[in-house]
Amino acid sequence: MALDMSIRIGGQAGQGVQAVSYALGKVFTRNGHYVLIHQDVESRIRGGHSFAQIRIQDTPVLAIKDNPDVLIALDAQTIAQDLQALAEEGVLIFDGEQTGYSSENPNHLSLPLERLATEVGGGKIMANTVATGAALASIGFELQPLLDYLEEQFRDKGRETVKRNRASASSGYRHARENFARHPPQPIPIGPSREGRLLLSGSEAMAIGAICSGLKFYAGYPMSPATTIMEVVASKAQEYDIVVEPAEDEIAALNMAIGASFAGVRSMTATSGGGFCLMVEALGLAGMTETPVVVAIGQRPGPATGLPTRTEQGDLGFVVHAGHGDFPRAVLAPGNVEQAFYAMGRAFNLADRYQTPVIVLADQYLLDSYFTVDGVDPARITIDRGKIDRDVHRGSAQVYKRYAWHPSGVSPRILPGQSEAVLYACSDEHTEEGHITEQEQVRTMMVRKRMEKLEGMRRESTPPECHPPSEGSDLVLLGWGSSWGAIREAVDLLRAENIRAKMLHFCDVYPLLRNGIPDRVGESAEVIGVESNYTGQFADLFQFETGIPVTERILKYDGRPLSPEEIARQVRGLL
Amino acid sequence: MVSLEDYESKDPIAWCPGCGNFSLLSALKEALVGLGKKPKEIVMVSGIGQASKTPHYLMCNTFNGLHGRTLPVATGLKLANHELTVLAEGGDGDGYAEGGNHFIHAMRRNVDITYLVHNNQIYGLTKGQTSPTSEMGYVSKTTPWGSPNPPENPLLLAIASDCSFVARGFTGDVAHLRQLIKEGVRNRGFSFIDILQPCVSFNRVNTFQWYKSRVYKIDDTEAYDPSDRMTAFGRAQEWGERIPIGLLYRSVRPTRDEQEPAIRTSSLVKQPLATTSFPKLLEAFK
Repeated sequence: MALDMSIRIGGQAGQGVQAVSYALGKVFTRNGHYVLIHQDVESRIRGGHSFAQIRIQDTPVLAIKDNPDVLIALDAQTIAQDLQALAEEGVLIFDGEQTGYSSENPNHLSLPLERLATEVGGGKIMANTVATGAALASIGFELQPLLDYLEEQFRDKGRETVKRNRASASSGYRHARENFARHPPQPIPIGPSREGRLLLSGSEAMAIGAICSGLKFYAGYPMSPATTIMEVVASKAQEYDIVVEPAEDEIAALNMAIGASFAGVRSMTATSGGGFCLMVEALGLAGMTETPVVVAIGQRPGPATGLPTRTEQGDLGFVVHAGHGDFPRAVLAPGNVEQAFYAMGRAFNLADRYQTPVIVLADQYLLDSYFTVDGVDPARITIDRGKIDRDVHRGSAQVYKRYAWHPSGVSPRILPGQSEAVLYACSDEHTEEGHITEQEQVRTMMVRKRMEKLEGMRRESTPPECHPPSEGSDLVLLGWGSSWGAIREAVDLLRAENIRAKMLHFCDVYPLLRNGIPDRVGESAEVIGVESNYTGQFADLFQFETGIPVTERILKYDGRPLSPEEIARQVRGLL
Repeated sequence: MVSLEDYESKDPIAWCPGCGNFSLLSALKEALVGLGKKPKEIVMVSGIGQASKTPHYLMCNTFNGLHGRTLPVATGLKLANHELTVLAEGGDGDGYAEGGNHFIHAMRRNVDITYLVHNNQIYGLTKGQTSPTSEMGYVSKTTPWGSPNPPENPLLLAIASDCSFVARGFTGDVAHLRQLIKEGVRNRGFSFIDILQPCVSFNRVNTFQWYKSRVYKIDDTEAYDPSDRMTAFGRAQEWGERIPIGLLYRSVRPTRDEQEPAIRTSSLVKQPLATTSFPKLLEAFK
C-alpha cells in the first residue's frame, strides 16, 4: 500500500512545534520521501495553542489530510483540542507527567518528554527534540537521518549543543520503541536521496524566484503572512546585491519600488490584503506612469485585521479591481510552490514587457507551508526586460516621447541618466511627452493605449490546468491559487468512486483567458466553484468573463485551508 | 558648458501671474546651471499641487507622482541609481500633510536627496483651503471660523530629526535662494529647504509684503554656526516679527546610499541582471 502518514505536533507557541515538523520534513525529504507541512498557529509569540501537521508520502504531497495518524501533544491543551481529530487507531504520544493526562487506550503512549530532555542534559527546552525522536519511532523510521540533521543544524552552536540535541532525540526514540514493543509499526524504509530535491515554503519559493528573476530592489513593511518573503530576500541581499529598504508603511513601500523601477531596476514589494489597501493608490500610479512593478500578496482572512495568522482566498475581487479608473494589471495565483517560484519570473517579465503592475496572489496556507519538490530550475527563468531604448543619442537634451502611441499599448522607454534625452513620467493624464494635458483626443488615446495592454496580457495568459487532462466529465471543480492540490486530490477520490469529476485550475486569474475555455469545461458538465471565501469571488469572475454558469459553490471561510476529503464530501452532498 | 537654455522647457506654464513659483523656478534653474549639472543627470520627483508642476517647466528627467508621495519615489530612485542628482519638490500640503510620515523617515534615512518645499501656508491648486502651515485662526473655505489648529513647524521637526541640511529660503530673494539650493544639492545627505512662497491668489494674510518686511538672513549681521543644534532649535522657533532665512542646521552623518553594500562597487542599474547560475541559493533548502 502506498505510504500516506500524517503526524500532528501540538503545543503552545514557543514550545518548538514548528521546529519538530521542520526537522521531520528535512529528514523525509532527504531520504526518498515527500512531505507537506502545514502550520496552524495563533497570532501570539508565547502560549495559546498551535500545531504543525506533516504528511509523508512516496509521491509529491498535494494537500493536507483532515485526520493525523500520530498526534504528539507537547501540552494538555493539545490533547483537549486535537485528540478528536486523530484517525481511528491513531497513536497519541503525550507527557503524562506534565499534562496529568492518563489513558487506558493501548495506542496512547505516555512519554516523560521533559524529564527525558532534562536527564540527558538538554533541559526542558529540548522536550520537542525528544518528541521528534519519538515521532520517528512511532512510524517505524530510522533514527540516524535525524541525528545527521541535528548535527548539521546545530554545528555552529558548538559540540555540546549538538550532543544534547542528539541525546534528546535518541532518548525519545528509544523510549517510544520500548513502548511500541508489543505493536511495532509498519516500517517506513529509507529511500535514496535525490539530487535537486528541496523542502520549500511558498514564501521561500517566491523570494528565491524573485532573486533568480534579477530582483535588485525590495521595499516592504512586515505583515503576516508575507513577512517571510522580505526576510528571505534580506538574508540573500548581500550575496546578490539587492537593496532592501524597511519602509515606514506600505504606501512608501510601493512608491519606493516604483521609484527604483523608474530608475531602471527590477523591484518589488510584498504584503497582505490590509497592507495592499494602503498600496492601492500607488498601484494606480504604476498603471498611469506605465512603470513595471511586482507586488506579492499573501492573503489572510479580512476585513480589517481579520485572522492574522490564518488563510483565505478572500482578496481576489479586491486585487482585480483595486484602484480608481481603468488601468491594466495582471494577477497570477500560483497553485503550489513550483508555480510560485516560476510565477515570479513570469511576473517580472510581464511587468517589464507591458510596463504595468503585476500581482502575485498567494495566501497564508501556500506561503507558510513547506512542500518537498523535485527541484526548481533557475535556468528556466528567462529575463525579458521589454522595450528599453538604450541607444538614444542626441546633440542636446531633448524630450523623449515616453508615451508614444503604439497599437500594442507599449511604448519604448529610456532610463533616466542612461540616455542623452530626458523623460517625463506623470500621474496626471499626459501627452506623449509626459506633460500634463486635459485635451480630449489625447485623453481618449492614452486610455486606449494603456488598456490595450490588458488584451495583450490576456492573449498570452497560461490556460488552466485540467486534471485528469483529457477524460470526459460530468462535474468540473473550478479552482484557483493554493487550493490546486486539494481540488486535484478530491477529484481522484471522487473518480475512485466512479464520480466523473475533473479539476479546472487557473493560475493566471487576471486578465482571464476566454479562448478555449468552453472546450475545456465540456458541453454538458456542471461547474462547481471551490474556493476559500464567502462569495465565490473567482466563480463570479469566471462566470462574468466566460459566460459559463457556475451552478454550485463549495466555499470555506473559517480561516483553515481546504482539504481533499471535505471537498469530496461536499461534492457528494450536492449529487 | 551648461547654460540656462539647456533647461528651457516648452511646456506652457499653468501658474497664476505674479506667483512666487516663477522666482523659485529661476533660482532652481540658475542653481543647476551653476552646479554644472546636465539635464540628463537630474531627476526631479514631484507630487501634486501647483508646486509639483515645477519639473514640467524645466528640461530634466521627471517623475511627477502622487500627492505626498515624492520622497518614497525619490528614495527608491536614488538607491537604484545613486549617480543621478535627485531633487524632490512639492508644496506644504504635499510634504507636511499628506506626506508627513515620509518626510520624517526620509530625514532619518538620510538618502542623498534635495527636498524643496514651496510653503505658501495654503492649498493653492484646490483654491484656497487651510493647510498644516496655515496660522491658527486663519479663515478659509474649510475653516470659515478660523483654523482651530496651530501650524506645524517643519524646521523644528527637521532639526529634531537630525536632518542633514535644514534651510529656509524666500522667493523674494532669488540670489539667496539660488545659493541655498546649490548648497543643498552639494550637501551629501538629505537636504531640506522650506521656501516661503506667497500665494498671490488666495493667501491674503501672508503676502509678499508680509514676508518681505519680516525675513532676515540668519548670518547677515553676526556669525551663525549651523552645527549648533540647540541654537538651531531656538532660531527655528522664531516666527512673527522676525523670520530667519538661510541654513539653520547642518548635521554631518553617513548617508543611506553611502552605507548600502549592494551599491558599493556600482549602481544597481548598472549591475548585470541575474545570471542563470545560482548554485548556492538553493543549498539551504536541500
